Amino acid sequence: MKFIELKNVNKTYSTGVTALADLSVEIDKGEFVFVIGHTASGKSTFIKMLYREEKPTKGSVIVGGINVAKLRNRKVYKLRRKIGVVFQDFKLLPKLTVYENVAFALECLGTSAKDIRPKVMKAIEIVGLKEKIRSFPHQLSGGEQQRVCIARAIVNEPKLLICDEPTGNLDPETSKDIMKVIDNINKDLKTTVIMATHDKEIVNRMKKRVLLIEHGVLTGDYLKGSYKSHEGV
Amino acid sequence: MKVFRIIGRSFRDAFKSVFRNFSLSMASILCTTITLLTVAISLVVAYNIQDITNSLEKELTIVVYLEKNATNEDAEFIKSSIEAMDNVEKAVYKSKDEWKNEMSEYDSSYQSLFDSYDENPLLDSFVVYVKDVKSLDTITNNIKALDKIESASYGKDAVNTMLSVFDFIDKVTVVIVISLIFVTAFLITNTIKLTIYSRRNEIEIMRLVGSSNIAIKMPFVIEGFVIGFLGSIIPVIITIYGYIILFEKLNGHVLVELITLISPYNFIFYIALIIMGLGALIGMLGSLLAVRKYLKI
Repeated sequence: MKFIELKNVNKTYSTGVTALADLSVEIDKGEFVFVIGHTASGKSTFIKMLYREEKPTKGSVIVGGINVAKLRNRKVYKLRRKIGVVFQDFKLLPKLTVYENVAFALECLGTSAKDIRPKVMKAIEIVGLKEKIRSFPHQLSGGEQQRVCIARAIVNEPKLLICDEPTGNLDPETSKDIMKVIDNINKDLKTTVIMATHDKEIVNRMKKRVLLIEHGVLTGDYLKGSYKSHEGV
Repeated sequence: MKVFRIIGRSFRDAFKSVFRNFSLSMASILCTTITLLTVAISLVVAYNIQDITNSLEKELTIVVYLEKNATNEDAEFIKSSIEAMDNVEKAVYKSKDEWKNEMSEYDSSYQSLFDSYDENPLLDSFVVYVKDVKSLDTITNNIKALDKIESASYGKDAVNTMLSVFDFIDKVTVVIVISLIFVTAFLITNTIKLTIYSRRNEIEIMRLVGSSNIAIKMPFVIEGFVIGFLGSIIPVIITIYGYIILFEKLNGHVLVELITLISPYNFIFYIALIIMGLGALIGMLGSLLAVRKYLKI
């Protein structure tokens, strides 16, 4: 069985806007997949569906064996514990240090204090922020803040890392570094990575599988390295 | 173990939040204090009124005078007829001689009055005790319908006025208490709403990393509990000391000997417990309302 399986997924919002139409796709465990498309193409809806921020109107979405479409509100946390999410705007807590921000994720889950420390330290080491564990978010650069966000997303060792435009607010050099971190997580920890992005540069350079969504329809599924930006977006 | 850690964390967060949003929490705590103080006073008054009503009701009896020519057999029959009526506790016979002796003992001038008669001018009677004062009127009428009855009365107007006054005070107290409880719940709901708003980023992250709904809601519910509980401390102290001092100053009576206050020990601690429980409960309910309404999970 595939790790992620979307079958004939439709999503129409209450406003009548159709965000996704008859979308079917399968993703294997450990894959690195880019999701690209113009603004309002439906890629954000696609991404949000994977962590059940949105529910499909029709069709099935299965992530790690959980049918997201049928998941009740009060059971959503079970899915989220298997997933790490990284955002464009970082979503860090300003009054907590780097260490506390990462530890927060584990504290919420009721992890014991003695287990929290080694896990947090490991995650911070992976993203290369060991020197800054006592800094507050406002003392960090954009790239560093994104690293904290990634550390928080992976501290619980999720099977799936979802990145929603993680480099959208960063300069090209910093973006490169962040992509290196995410790529290493995919390679070393065997974490499946799905990333929505606008950044053609990154997509071209990384040579990964690419899903192209246009007007809510999956118009292209390019295998590793076969996508070139001039073919579409 | 995980559950305990989450509960522990919820308590820590709740206290942190109370102190972090100190001015807001203080406003809610003070409102709760004022409300609970009024509730406490209302409760003390209501319980005392109930107690006074109960003891006065026990004093309320129907006095039935038998006709002069009523025989002992008639008296026996009347006694059993009265006692067979609904809501009658007992009918105690009091002969005219007993009345005469009692009156003479009370005031010696009666003695000379009685001496001027050849025979005792008084009537044999029954004192009827009832189970429910509301049926006084019906029972009196039923007794009047019996044979050989000279009169039956219970001081209708005075009793009715007293009962309706007590009833009115009782109802007003209940209305005040209930409306104040609603006001407090509303205020606490608003405080928790603002706390939720100020912590929305934190809540969003908690949801994303997989906190269960209960783990997200619990700190807010505990915060409501803490606000309610802190708000009940001052009313509890004022109620306990205030009532004890009042009781001692008044020697346990209000205006007349007949109206006695409930003895403070046990009673006032019972009221204190109600106030504390009520504070905590209203706090929790208020925050549950806010959590359900504003925490979209």
